[in-house]
Amino acid sequence: MAFNKTTEGSFQLIGGEFTHAGEASMELKRKLTDLVLAQDIIKRAAVVAFEAEMNVIIHAAAGWMRYYITPDRLRLVITDMGPGIKDIDMAMKDGYSTAPEWIKEMGWGAGMGLPNIKNNSDKMKIDSVVGEGTTVEIIINLNQEE
Amino acid sequence: MNLGDLAGRLSLKILSNKEDLEKAVSGGYVSDMLSDVLANSSAGDIWITFQRHTNIVAVANLKNLAGIIIVNNRQPDEETLKKAATEKVTLMTTQMSTFETAGRIYQLLEEKD
Repeated sequence: MAFNKTTEGSFQLIGGEFTHAGEASMELKRKLTDLVLAQDIIKRAAVVAFEAEMNVIIHAAAGWMRYYITPDRLRLVITDMGPGIKDIDMAMKDGYSTAPEWIKEMGWGAGMGLPNIKNNSDKMKIDSVVGEGTTVEIIINLNQEE
Repeated sequence: MNLGDLAGRLSLKILSNKEDLEKAVSGGYVSDMLSDVLANSSAGDIWITFQRHTNIVAVANLKNLAGIIIVNNRQPDEETLKKAATEKVTLMTTQMSTFETAGRIYQLLEEKD
């Protein structure tokens, strides 16, 4: 382990800003690579961060991605000001998407975002208030048993 | 097989990150849905797609893909080219269809085994 205290930081996310979409995730990936975390952890964190980032950009007005890295876990908290999720169970279903047509033409909106996050994290929690916004909290344990 | 070999064999046009042509291509993935690529592609895959907007660069970077081939003579937009240069992602184009591109690459990869 290349560190022994908490490393943390945050990225501002702007809804509808597709040109810069992915920059927060790529920056986070660089950070995790600098910290010499395992390739598998970086791979999973990259997918989780990007899907969460894209959800904010696709659906919300604005948001934040905050990361907290301790020797035993990576914690990501992505929070937004946006429409919120009416039915979280539905939203978690593979293939379910509320994205408009033009988003689907870009290749997003397959309804795989939240399932991708779940499949790549050790813990995932979604809190949402319709009309206000959503917070997704993700934990990836750094000390994985093979 | 590396990106340079692949581009040569298939007459692909390389539009960005020409410094990295030694990068190994270990497989391939075809999809135009980005979350599908995020879920199912592997590091070292060459990604074949018709998508040409900037987000494809982030996908390739985040999944450590070997590079991207955009098919049917479609051209990436200005922003995509800029981002590919910044993030060091090799973007290539071909006039071939997805089917032909994938078929030929699959064959090349099998040959090498």
